[in-house]
Amino acid sequence: MALVRITSPHAQGQNRTASVMQSVLLATVPGVVVMTHFFGFGTLANILWGGLLALLFEACALKLRKRPLGFYLRDYSALVTSTLLCIALPPYAPWWLIVVGVGIAILLAKHLYGGLGYNPFNPAMVGYVVLLISFPVQMTAWAPPRGAGEVPGLLDAVQALFTPAAYDGVTMATPLDVLKQNNSLLIEDLWAANPQFGRWAGKGWEWVNMAFLAGGAWLLYKRIFTWHAPVAMLASLALMSALFYDGGSSASGGSPLFHLLSGATMFGAFFIVTDPVTSAVSLRGRLIYGALIGVLVYLIRVWGNYPDAIAFAVLIMNFAAPFIDHYTQPRTYGHSKPRDNSQGGES
Amino acid sequence: MRKIWDFHGGIHPPENKDQSLGEPIAPAGIPRMLTLPVSQHIGAPAIPVVEPGDQVLKGQQIAKARGPVSVPVHAPTSGTVVAVEPRPVAHPSGLTALCVVIEPDGEDRWIEHAGLADYTAEDKAALLERIRDAGIAGMGGAGFPAAVKLAGRPGAEIDTLIINGTECEPYITADDILMRERADQIVAGTLILKHLIAPGHTLIGIEDNKPEAIAAVRRACQGHDIEVVQFPTKYPSGGEKQLIEILTGRQVPSGGLPADIGVVCQNLGTTVAIHRAIAHGEPLISRVTTVTGEAVDQPRNYDTLLGTPMAWLLERAGYRAADNNRLVMGGPMMGFTVTSADVPVVKTTNCVLAPTEAELPTPPPAQACIRCGMCAEACPASLLPQQLFWFAQGQEHEKLEQHNLFDCIECGACAYVCPSSIPLVQYYRAAKAEIVQLRQDHERANHSRDRFEARQARLEREAAEKEAKRAARKKAAEERAKKAAESGDAQEDPIQAAIERAKAKKAAQASAPAGDSRDKLEADVAATRKRLEKAEAKLAEAREADDANIAAYENAVQKTRDKLQNAEAALAAAPAPDAPAASSSGDAAQDAIARALAARYAAAELSPEEKARADLEKLEARLAKTRTKLEESRSAGEQDKVIEALESTVVRLEDKIATVRQSVGMPAEAEAKNQGQTTDPAALAIERAKARRAGTGKSSESPKEVLERNREALNKKLTTTRERLAEAREAGDDTVVAFEMAEAKLADKLARVERELAELEEA
Ligand code: SF4
Ligand code: SF4
Repeated sequence: MALVRITSPHAQGQNRTASVMQSVLLATVPGVVVMTHFFGFGTLANILWGGLLALLFEACALKLRKRPLGFYLRDYSALVTSTLLCIALPPYAPWWLIVVGVGIAILLAKHLYGGLGYNPFNPAMVGYVVLLISFPVQMTAWAPPRGAGEVPGLLDAVQALFTPAAYDGVTMATPLDVLKQNNSLLIEDLWAANPQFGRWAGKGWEWVNMAFLAGGAWLLYKRIFTWHAPVAMLASLALMSALFYDGGSSASGGSPLFHLLSGATMFGAFFIVTDPVTSAVSLRGRLIYGALIGVLVYLIRVWGNYPDAIAFAVLIMNFAAPFIDHYTQPRTYGHSKPRDNSQGGES
Repeated sequence: MRKIWDFHGGIHPPENKDQSLGEPIAPAGIPRMLTLPVSQHIGAPAIPVVEPGDQVLKGQQIAKARGPVSVPVHAPTSGTVVAVEPRPVAHPSGLTALCVVIEPDGEDRWIEHAGLADYTAEDKAALLERIRDAGIAGMGGAGFPAAVKLAGRPGAEIDTLIINGTECEPYITADDILMRERADQIVAGTLILKHLIAPGHTLIGIEDNKPEAIAAVRRACQGHDIEVVQFPTKYPSGGEKQLIEILTGRQVPSGGLPADIGVVCQNLGTTVAIHRAIAHGEPLISRVTTVTGEAVDQPRNYDTLLGTPMAWLLERAGYRAADNNRLVMGGPMMGFTVTSADVPVVKTTNCVLAPTEAELPTPPPAQACIRCGMCAEACPASLLPQQLFWFAQGQEHEKLEQHNLFDCIECGACAYVCPSSIPLVQYYRAAKAEIVQLRQDHERANHSRDRFEARQARLEREAAEKEAKRAARKKAAEERAKKAAESGDAQEDPIQAAIERAKAKKAAQASAPAGDSRDKLEADVAATRKRLEKAEAKLAEAREADDANIAAYENAVQKTRDKLQNAEAALAAAPAPDAPAASSSGDAAQDAIARALAARYAAAELSPEEKARADLEKLEARLAKTRTKLEESRSAGEQDKVIEALESTVVRLEDKIATVRQSVGMPAEAEAKNQGQTTDPAALAIERAKARRAGTGKSSESPKEVLERNREALNKKLTTTRERLAEAREAGDDTVVAFEMAEAKLADKLARVERELAELEEA
């Protein structure tokens, strides 16, 4: 064999971008299973439909940008984006909602910025926010969880997706909604008056969150990402809610446990906040990044206009990530200080 | 137990060390040929002191150190020097380098050598000298001369001596086996280092994946104040900076040396080499090298003579070339590939790795960076590799330096963990090289600008001096005509005296010192003639070989010829042995003047004017010849360099002719117009132009046209030269300097032409 010239290192670790993405997909399984248990097949239908669209959009974008299709499609990044977006969407969403969402996520938020690795904003969250602003009605129509209402079947899911006009699903305000429009009731009264509350947080939701927490823990164990951003986010969210929790008055924002196990908290912490492309890069930077997201989530949940806040908080912090990076450079070996930031600003 | 620190990052690649540890160290034997690069260390390459055909003994010095940061090279066995020439060597760039090639005679006869019975009686400088003379350079990494490291720096207190037995890189076991088998030598060497440095602590640091080695070294250290420290295995804990942090908790300041924080770190193999040099008087002529990888049947460690071809070692180990597609010198993390197995083992070659494709697969194409941060987590220098990659792609050099690119130790940990298979280190290496190159270019550009300006100033000064001289000469000629009779006598006129003095000085220089014995001058002439002959012979040779350097040789011949002329003139001017010593007056100036005048007249016994005319003829003949040659080479499509050289010769000759013409007042009308005001620049320019016209034979052109034509041509040439300079710069070519010089020359010429043109227009 002819001897080739290759620069060092000659050995490479086992990690591959595609396998990282596969692990992320795999880690969503427990959460999706629990969601299906409590809310029916809506989410699963979303994910499948969304995945199909994502591959389609990705292929189109790659074609337009004249990139090799097979090479890039196989990195699974499009599937991860669509799956995360579809998990965040309400189950039993109409087909076009998903088309719009995935289209925006893949074409606008990802490829318009130069493709994987170059996008400053989390594509799934961009898709989500655009949908939320454009179609608030569809975006807040959550099905009631098992135990609080009738869970639709598989057929319902297909029908809801492709013939939305004919589908007449029951919807119910999420616990976070209820808490927001609490009508000056004590938390205890809210709990008593609304069937969607469970033991610590929303019925079903608490389990969904635990499942995503489990998936996230597995990813941590697999060293797909570091603990810094998610733990910082959860800690700051818990801290904020503890600070403003007064034992359950009507003005209270809900207990720390309630916040940790409500809405998209765990899903956000382990699957959105950890998106490497759009987060801060240094470990210290990730701590700050995660912590600020936690604070923002609480602020928006309690005092903002939207019941859940992961998407907004993440997008805002995506903005801030480069600045965080700029001010949190690690101290290089042999340097007494982190790089002197006074010279040369961020361009 | 000593406290152990951790360093940031690091990775745990598969160790793959067991394969080569099954067998003890074996001698690799004497190969058919030994190729010894004169540069196996960091610093100035050694200077060969042997020639082809020389017989050398084992341990004999074959290349001597050049300067303080350099080490000599020795013959690894006895034999015959067969070549001293550039050969391919193991270098990441795949370049050739000067090597001494020895054909062993198989007798392995040692040169006389002796060790020191008691080194503690010797003083430090003498010991260091011995270490240096033994050619010892760091055998672990870059190959820094050991003596330089040990000499330390004044004021730097060393409190810790660290012997690096880490060997963190996968596959390599040379140090491991050395510790297992030769722990006593390691300890002996360590004790010498201890004696030299007198540190507070002496540590031998070993990764905990080498329990046998640790046990062996611990045993050997018993009774000595040497601490064997083991620490967790992690790549790259063997990096000097990392090891120092592990053992002392201190970090070597960026851009500094371990000595700055009171630490000296030596490689294990180096320590053994030092022991052998001091205790046995043996120079560094062999080393232990691991031969491993799945493409060899019996991976093991060999005691290898320096200069042994890799192929020889591989052959010993049962190499299957068919299974191997990359040959690595060094380990899988920091080693570099060589494209031929003929390159020799050098002082820093710790491993020869011949993996199969399955073992170390060719890296897959790089994917996009997903900013996962794994590289930053792995980086032992706490850099942000992904940011560096980003900036390197964008060629943002300033950002790269701000992000401390130069603190990257190229350990490869980042590229190892990168899930997108981005060859990060390659980017950093390229960026570093680029930045260094730019810095050098910048400096060189500054330098050549300074040079150019200095030259410009000198030329102007010279031009002014020439004018003054010419005016003086004319006046002198007039006076001479008047006072032809008194020519040898004292001159009242102070100006005249000054002129004559200047002339005398020149004459004195030419015949240095004036009045020197004819013998010396004759010897001068003879020597110069000989040189001329040699130069001419070389020129002929070059012509025959169609060498690109013809122009250069021609120049040399020309110059030598001129010198010969000068020397001959000086000889003629020297007082004939029987002639009376110039003037009886004791006035030195007077003497000088008299001598100078005598010289002038004696030169071929011609009147000054006649002499000038003779000169002129000669010059014109030369000009004509050069012109024909120029035409020839132009039509033959010769190299630009050649044509340029010829062109510049033509221009120079034309100039000279013009000056000579003027000095003899040939274009009489011009001279008359001047009415003694020969310094009038306009007239001068016109004259020169006319002279040139006469020379070129294009009588239809006015002087101005000639100048304009010249200017155009020069402009054109300058533009192309600049273009080529830019190209060369971009390519990082080393012709840059040549082009820079050419550019300066052309710019210079152009300026002159423009000045003349301006003068002409003014007139
Ligand atoms: S490890 Fe590779 S993909 Fe990950 S941030 Fe570093 S360069 Fe990018
Ligand atoms: S090669 Fe340079 S950037 Fe990469 S891990 Fe090593 S020191 Fe850090």
